[in-house]
Amino acid sequence: MEILIYGTVNSFKLILIAFGFTLVYGVSRLPNFAHGAIFVFTGFIAWIMMHKLNLPLLPAALLSLAGAALVGVLIYQVILKRIRGMNMNEIIATYAIGVAMIETFRWLGFKGTTFTLPVLFEGMLFIGDVPIDYQRLMVVTVGLVMLVAVWIFTKFTRTGLALRGIAQDERAAMMLGIDSDMTATLAMALGSAMSGLAALMIFPLGSIVVEAGYNTLIFALAVCMVGGIGSWGGTVLAAFVLGFLQVITVTYLATHFQMVVTLGAIIATLIIKPSGFFGKHKELEERV
Amino acid sequence: MKTGMRKERIDRGIKVRSDSIYALSSWREISYLMAPRALLVGGFLLAPLILYFFPYWQKVLLIVCIYALLSMAFDFLANYVGLVCLGGSFFVGVGGYGAALLNKYLHFSPFLSIPVAALGGAAFCTFFLLPCLPLRGVYFAIITLMYPLMMTRIIEAFELFGGTNGMMDISGFANPWVEQYFLIISTLVFLFALRRLAVEDIGLVIKGIKDNDQSVRASGINITVVKAQALFYASFLGCFAGAYLAHTYMWAGLSMFALDFSIIPIAATVVGGGGSLLGAVVGAILLVPLSEALRAFGPLRIVSYSLILTVVIVIKGEGLLNYLSRKYSQFERWVEI
Amino acid sequence: MLTVRNLSKNFGGVTALNDINFAISKGEILGVIGPNGSGKTTLINCITGFIKASAGEIVFNGRNIKGMQPHNIVNLGICRTFQIMRPYSSMPAYKNLIIPLYGPRARKTGGWRGGGRHGDRNIIALDLLEEVGFERESKVPYKLAGTLPTGYLKRLELARCLALNPDLLICDEVFSGLSMSEIASMVPLIEKLNKSGVTIIMIEHRLKELFKVAKRVMAISYGDKIIEGLPAEVMANEKVKEAYLGADEGV
Repeated sequence: MEILIYGTVNSFKLILIAFGFTLVYGVSRLPNFAHGAIFVFTGFIAWIMMHKLNLPLLPAALLSLAGAALVGVLIYQVILKRIRGMNMNEIIATYAIGVAMIETFRWLGFKGTTFTLPVLFEGMLFIGDVPIDYQRLMVVTVGLVMLVAVWIFTKFTRTGLALRGIAQDERAAMMLGIDSDMTATLAMALGSAMSGLAALMIFPLGSIVVEAGYNTLIFALAVCMVGGIGSWGGTVLAAFVLGFLQVITVTYLATHFQMVVTLGAIIATLIIKPSGFFGKHKELEERV
Repeated sequence: MKTGMRKERIDRGIKVRSDSIYALSSWREISYLMAPRALLVGGFLLAPLILYFFPYWQKVLLIVCIYALLSMAFDFLANYVGLVCLGGSFFVGVGGYGAALLNKYLHFSPFLSIPVAALGGAAFCTFFLLPCLPLRGVYFAIITLMYPLMMTRIIEAFELFGGTNGMMDISGFANPWVEQYFLIISTLVFLFALRRLAVEDIGLVIKGIKDNDQSVRASGINITVVKAQALFYASFLGCFAGAYLAHTYMWAGLSMFALDFSIIPIAATVVGGGGSLLGAVVGAILLVPLSEALRAFGPLRIVSYSLILTVVIVIKGEGLLNYLSRKYSQFERWVEI
Repeated sequence: MLTVRNLSKNFGGVTALNDINFAISKGEILGVIGPNGSGKTTLINCITGFIKASAGEIVFNGRNIKGMQPHNIVNLGICRTFQIMRPYSSMPAYKNLIIPLYGPRARKTGGWRGGGRHGDRNIIALDLLEEVGFERESKVPYKLAGTLPTGYLKRLELARCLALNPDLLICDEVFSGLSMSEIASMVPLIEKLNKSGVTIIMIEHRLKELFKVAKRVMAISYGDKIIEGLPAEVMANEKVKEAYLGADEGV
């Protein structure tokens, strides 16, 4: 029972973390390796707003989300736009800018465990005999809401449809007058905001540490790789598989092994089926 | 006004002449060909003597060589084989721990344990990366990023080889001159050997895989075997660097799997210019002293590093050495269209 | 020499090849025709191992080669060209041929004029390029392959196969994209090859030119084999006409 509940919570954590990454990759084929950095960035910005500028939680949260989206847009407009299509340079550049962001916070003195974000609702309840606090329930709720929102957005709005069009066939979509730069910017903004949202939901459970930037990137990559990079359904499924796997590892082995299991899962998936659970059919590439 | 004009690049006369065998006919042409090489080799060989009065910078020189080796490994994999390897520290760690184990338990001297650890480590790395070889682009980059992290966690979790403390009391080099020249000469030998390899027939096959792997398969060549071979060479360089580090620090530990060994070589290759191996070395010569100078700033070092890297990628994708070599062998002029 | 039995291939739910049967004996030239998207290239990819066939048997010289790796199939003697040319763009044209000359097939059989075993591979590569119609004295063989026009790239594809000393050569549309005079110079080359003992399967759109060299033709449409026989018989077939006319209407 405990595993079931905490597994679910953990899975939704992973969904929150990974969905932004998979959205950007799915739409624009851009590997945003600064994803983890944006995660930490949002956390710290929210903290600064609350503790230095004395803003209440909600405005601080909204402003930091906007900040995250802005960073995403800037990364695209200033860096990625110029090197788009060069796979290796995209990875190196986003990774480097991510490292720069994370290490800047470390340099500014944001280290240790003194930085925390407050939870939205205090308290806890019992499901059966398992205690669960409201914030963890919030993670699940927000995760669900985000999934539904994305689904509605991409199914029923013009912009959302344009995003899906670009994701399916960039050239065809461009011929129909969808601006690839515009959608990529939008995707980066959305993806970064999602990463920020994940940060606002997850950081209250512990404290804000710079190392979370690297770990988040790895978790996001793990989920996306296992699920099939760019595949939304695969991401959700993979998040559940990994989420439960991690909780089971922690319960029966030790916390140390959590990362080992995650990394092992990526390596195993890549070796057995590189395109992940729901990756696109590879053989079709060869056909003309 | 530049309207109706375009820039034209033409090979310098001396470059054209010295490309063919007639280079041997004049000292001027021979020196044109040899000058850059002589500068590099001479510079490396003389550096320890020049830096004699600055022992700190002698140490920096060693680190330059270590990173030069790693950058060569990255450049070779990325620009010759087409595998972007973000896990240079995997090689360093495996080589370092290998040498430490050989030294501690089998009492190998550094001159035996370094080559043995390099060879054995290269075999180990190649074996474990073998399943990833069919992967391309992003996938290979991500998985290689995972390997060193995985090693760190495994060593931590099982408390292997001294766990988080690492292995201490590894024997060092008796003589500082031997210590320095051993590494410098090895680096130069590996550089020229690898450059030579690249123009041999097997080098063409390796480059062919990057250009068009399907075509290589259609030529009846098993690309996995060739890639594994190339990976072995690259990981040999990385493990060599790691094994040397273990002996010069007299310690092997988790920080050998640290991010620095993966990122700085990439930065060096990008800054120096990929595709020639020499560019990677030049990048290391530029960046490592810079990073030492920035050491006082702590974490800011990595920040400035990453920023330099990003800026160079965005603004001057071709790298410094490619730019310089173009200036060296070609001149430009404006012509009317 | 090569027998294909009940060969099928599905991509996801799409049937690209459905129960294909045919055989080719030594020294023959077999033409394969069919409209765009009929599965011709998939057929080649299945035979040469670049794609795994879903069902059926491919027997070459008494050995089932289905499921083997492409390089192993090449080393048995089946060589192919690519319809979309795959040169090593960053190398000079003649260096492109060093790679096949270096491979195990050329080493075992000697490759083209023994170039795989002895002699200077660079010179043999230049000889081979001259054989397929590169002007030896010009700069063309030394140009980067990525800068060559289609005509030369098609010849380069062919040269890559010749370097391997093939027993069975599969040409995937070597005539398409070429001018009439270029084709006219390719036809004798293929005939010469065939006379020297190479069995050839030719996939072609240019029917007139194909019929000059191929004595037997097989037609495919939507993954099904329609008919096999003499060129005249095949062209007289109602279904073939329909397939081609249908395709023409779409153009």
